[in-house]
Amino acid sequence: MPVTDVRHDLDNLTLAITAEFAAPVERIWQVYADTRQLEKVWGPPSYPATVVDHDLRPGGRVNYVMTGPEGDKHAGYWQVTTVDEPRGFSFDDGFADLDFTPNPDLPVSENEYTFTERDGGTRATYVSTFASAEGLQQVLDMGIVEGATSAVNQIDELVAAR
Amino acid sequence: MTETDENRADALFHALADRTRRDIMRRVLAGEHSVSTLAAKYDMSFAAVQKHVAVLEKAGLLTKRRSGREQLARGDVEAVRSVASLLVDLEQIWRGRIARIDDLIESDTEPEG
Repeated sequence: MPVTDVRHDLDNLTLAITAEFAAPVERIWQVYADTRQLEKVWGPPSYPATVVDHDLRPGGRVNYVMTGPEGDKHAGYWQVTTVDEPRGFSFDDGFADLDFTPNPDLPVSENEYTFTERDGGTRATYVSTFASAEGLQQVLDMGIVEGATSAVNQIDELVAAR
Repeated sequence: MTETDENRADALFHALADRTRRDIMRRVLAGEHSVSTLAAKYDMSFAAVQKHVAVLEKAGLLTKRRSGREQLARGDVEAVRSVASLLVDLEQIWRGRIARIDDLIESDTEPEG
């Protein structure tokens, strides 16, 4: 399993996940720098993502749309804050209207991705912080959580089949 | 995570992996509801709703008490615990992304065709 550590910080509403990948740091950076690769990993299979704009520089924007099973569309954006190619970047992740105007009524999370070399592979650390529990709840209530839930259901089925 | 944490996460996942159960949780976190009041909210039998309530009770997410002929259900999740389940959901999204990155990288080394 590539995930090696998970930390839930309830007081600071922060989720920190560490994963180890069998590829160099530059390769992991490419996943985020290449629009087509980012699309492959960002949305769950039931909510595939289409990256419409991609400017991975400080102050730049990455705009994406996730399409749900019923054709429902959810637009989101990254407001890139810092970039240290290929060692990581940070950004605010929020929801937007379909023309990518940020929706101020929906919560924004602060994200920091760090990639460090480890035994020829990469240790990636993903940290997401929400301003409020309500914000986190809202994010999960939006379609995106269905992807996670369908994954959970698959696990349940697997366990039940034993 | 320790074994106990894993077991708790399993029970939480299972309990929250159902739309109706999540909806029941929102209601009983807002206040105590009788099972029959809850049952009236859904297009399913009383027994089916009662079963959902039992799953949530087993996961420690709600408690039930009797009042006369009524069974009353109340969300038993302290603020912290409910945040914990939110973070668990968020963690699943992340695990999905990480697994997809892993698949993508693995496909680099596979021979073409």
